[in-house]
Amino acid sequence: MDAVIEVRGLVNRFGAQVVHDGLDLEVRRGEVFGIVGGSGSGKSVLLRTMLGLQRPAAGSVRIEGQEVTRRPASALLAVKRRYGVMFQRGALFSSLTVLQNVELPIAEHYAIGEETLRELALLRIRMVGLPGDAAEKFPAQLSGGMTKRTALARALALDPALLFLDEPTSGLDPISSAAFDRLVLYLQEALALTVVMITHDLDTIFRVCNRVGVIVDGRMISGTLEEIVRSDHPWIREYFHGERSRAARGQAVHDG
Amino acid sequence: MLIEAVDEGGLRRFRLTGHWTVEQAAALEPRLRDAAAAASGAVRLDPGGIESLDLTGAWLLRGFERRLARAGCRVEWTGARPEQLAFVDRAVAGAAAPVPESAAALDLLRRPLREIGRRAVGAREEILDALAFFGAVVIAAGRALTSVKRLRLPSVVRHVWDTGVTAVPIVALIAFLISVIVAYIGAQQLRKFGGEIFVVDLVTVAVLRELGVLLTAIIVAGRSGSAYAAELGVMKLNEEVDALRAIGMDPVEVLVLPRVLGLVIALPVLTVIADAMGLAGGALLSWYLVDIPFNQYLERMQGSIAEWTFWVGIIKAPVFAFLIAMVGTLRGMQVRSSSRELGRLTTVAVVQSIFLVILADAVFAVIFMELDI
Repeated sequence: MDAVIEVRGLVNRFGAQVVHDGLDLEVRRGEVFGIVGGSGSGKSVLLRTMLGLQRPAAGSVRIEGQEVTRRPASALLAVKRRYGVMFQRGALFSSLTVLQNVELPIAEHYAIGEETLRELALLRIRMVGLPGDAAEKFPAQLSGGMTKRTALARALALDPALLFLDEPTSGLDPISSAAFDRLVLYLQEALALTVVMITHDLDTIFRVCNRVGVIVDGRMISGTLEEIVRSDHPWIREYFHGERSRAARGQAVHDG
Repeated sequence: MLIEAVDEGGLRRFRLTGHWTVEQAAALEPRLRDAAAAASGAVRLDPGGIESLDLTGAWLLRGFERRLARAGCRVEWTGARPEQLAFVDRAVAGAAAPVPESAAALDLLRRPLREIGRRAVGAREEILDALAFFGAVVIAAGRALTSVKRLRLPSVVRHVWDTGVTAVPIVALIAFLISVIVAYIGAQQLRKFGGEIFVVDLVTVAVLRELGVLLTAIIVAGRSGSAYAAELGVMKLNEEVDALRAIGMDPVEVLVLPRVLGLVIALPVLTVIADAMGLAGGALLSWYLVDIPFNQYLERMQGSIAEWTFWVGIIKAPVFAFLIAMVGTLRGMQVRSSSRELGRLTTVAVVQSIFLVILADAVFAVIFMELDI
């Protein structure tokens, strides 16, 4: 199994505050990797660094073998076509309809006929389980769950091999978030995706993640879910052995 | 190559090769169309040479398969049908409802009629909206009169600072320059009649009665009218206005009234500054161009100022301020749902407040004429 993402010795700091202090991370092809950490531990900064939106103070980030830090935006274009990103609050373009939101990345990068473009976008909209009449709606008219699904459809617009999800189930009710988890798993298998997700939702971690990385003290402790759960780091123990966690794990065992 | 046709005695075999991915979609599309148009009878698809097949490729391949079937071809696969196609089948079948076509084209007669009707109803709603807003502000102002706490003084002071104090340099500069221009043109014309001294009267009356207040109001409409609309618009989008309501605070009292009061205080003060700078500009140019010494200018100026000249100008300032602040805040509160709406309403706020200021100025001119002052 080759590494799709390889982060080595990452250092990020803002003024005197050190967010990442020699963080290492490896995501392998075809897995669902969950990133966990306390509020302010630098999960979002890590995501932004991997996307090439944030320049780290030191360290390297490679996506499919290509270095993404310290390179001009134009050089990153080829890498950017290989990944899709779903932002926490959707980040849908509010002046475009759902259909146009999904069409936009395809139309920007490829010269495809109008009719085909529409069909390709509709396919993605259906694929994420949105009703057909959602296509002509504007983001402001969508419910929280539909916004998430639209954001997922847009992230998948360019047929990426790698999918980044930032808190995919935050703000959804447990039933909707379970449905969303199933959707992510289904698409991940069907489209052979590698998924990296930031999440706080223990249910989601137990349902979909193969491996988990926990950011503690500016570094990352990663391993399979079982290894992480057995870890004796105090924060991780607190996180995975609190009351909520036992309920979530019991549920996952029950489901499986 | 992507697709290659081989005829094998009554059977047409399509060898599919290469990368069937979104990168190749533009190239694949016409080739598949041509290949499907040329095919008939029995067709065999051989996907063995496909190196990578993504969602877009699968969708195109499935479309090809269906087009062949529609043309009456018998389609067979060499080996298994790629499983990605089954995924597309499921995704398409899962569609709950058909996608509606974009707004159907109306015929030539009905479209303009509908547009006129839509605008008429829209105009009525706008007027009702503005009236309701005016009423809400009046009620909030009435409540503020009864209690100092409801007046939100810190907020009012902040808006006096933002719209008044920080605007002093630009207002002063523009008032100075405009009066220099008026004095210059006046001097040129009046020289023909040997009446250069009347430049002083011209500048004094023009600046005090009209230019000072009008210019200041237009600058402030551009600066603060837009700021009000944008500020409140973002707060609406951010659900801050809803949050205020939920806490039990009246957004009109907390957000709108301090802005209106702030501007009603700031604009008259700015107008006095503009007046002073305008007169200074007139004095400078009169001395430089028409050789009127400063003390003579002052004397002449005092002679041309009637009892009401200054007050005619300054009395308009709070009215203009009220119009600008009301339009700006109303448009801001009307922002719903999208950032495009925010931009549109901010523009509307500026254009409309400048229009209303000029319209009100015309009304004042008529009133003052009737009053003979």
